Amino acid sequence: MYDIIIIGAGTAGLSAAIYGLRAGKKVLVLEQLSYGGQIINTPEIENYPGIKNISGFDFATGLYEQATALGAEVKYEQVTGIADGAEKQVTTTEATYSCKAIIIATGAKNRPLGLDREAELVGGGVSYCATCDGAFYKKRPVAVNGGGNTALEDALFLSNYCSKVYLIHRRDEFRGEVKQVEQLKAKENVEFVLNATVTALLGEDQVEGIEVTDKITGEKRTLQVDGLFIAIGQMPENAVFAPLIQLDSAGYVVAGEDCKTNVEGIYAAGDCRTKTVRQLTTAAADGAVAALAACAYIG
Amino acid sequence: MAVITLTSENFEKEVLQSAEPVLVDFWASWCGPCRMLSPIVDQVAEESTGGFKVGKVNVDDEGDLAEKYGIMNIPCLIVFKNGEVANKSVGMIAKPKVEELVKSVL
Repeated sequence: MYDIIIIGAGTAGLSAAIYGLRAGKKVLVLEQLSYGGQIINTPEIENYPGIKNISGFDFATGLYEQATALGAEVKYEQVTGIADGAEKQVTTTEATYSCKAIIIATGAKNRPLGLDREAELVGGGVSYCATCDGAFYKKRPVAVNGGGNTALEDALFLSNYCSKVYLIHRRDEFRGEVKQVEQLKAKENVEFVLNATVTALLGEDQVEGIEVTDKITGEKRTLQVDGLFIAIGQMPENAVFAPLIQLDSAGYVVAGEDCKTNVEGIYAAGDCRTKTVRQLTTAAADGAVAALAACAYIG
Repeated sequence: MAVITLTSENFEKEVLQSAEPVLVDFWASWCGPCRMLSPIVDQVAEESTGGFKVGKVNVDDEGDLAEKYGIMNIPCLIVFKNGEVANKSVGMIAKPKVEELVKSVL
């Protein structure tokens, strides 16, 4: 019997573990893949207050070590369902665990474009991590799809290596920072392809090009690229919690800044819940809020 | 079982001419997911009771090997059997999946 079971060992989940443990609670963290969550893909974090510069891996490892040193139990198991009752239960592919409170901190994952053969071509030209894979495309033409900060950062990063970078965006304005758009415009090897969507991946085992469709004219054109970097945002993975937990139409857990879900004693922290800002700091903050709420609930 | 550091010098002997299948981890120090996967690969090697070998290729040091095997995303795990690519996986995966990747070709 645990006091708190936390689902997800990313920034929100591990922050919640630290707060729960320091309040004297018995905490289990369940994680399906690896600790750290999305931040491990970030080479350098420069916006976390109090830390000038740290790699995502080092940040995540620090959090993990802090939580485990305090006594967090971490099990690498995939959660398949939760149940409410006198005791709450969390079922995984391995076992069922009982607890008094649950914190859902499942984060979000990269959203795929949904193109034919997209998953198959990851490793053959399709990538969701420019900083991981960009170096393999030195002096080769690539495309980035997206209009947020990640897409702009990716395009800038790639423009330092690649012969050509097409930045494809479905609108004619970017959600990302103006400063970055200006920097990109100044790059000779960057070409903006606006009001356009990627509609097909060309090539057999390797990407040899992409088909892009203009949203206004419907005109299709082929871009000869060796790589497509997809940066169109994230999506949550909360389906196993429905119907007990209320989700919004996009699949995020409906919860406010107090991290409370529609079920008493079950909380949602970090990127998996409905919110407008999804940052490292807000994930950590949610972890603290949810853990302290769970502690108050347990009594 | 010890994890072999693979280079262009020893790749032929340790991997391509190996009598047993070899699980090869292509990685780089600046790649976060690679650093997450690396200890899992170590664990799989440690817990192995034999039947396969485990090696790692640092793609920064061994660019030729990365290019030869068409590495475009890391971390990338490739299982070589009889000198040929028998199985491949891209990205961070959980330990059971790593084990399955090797075991499915044994």
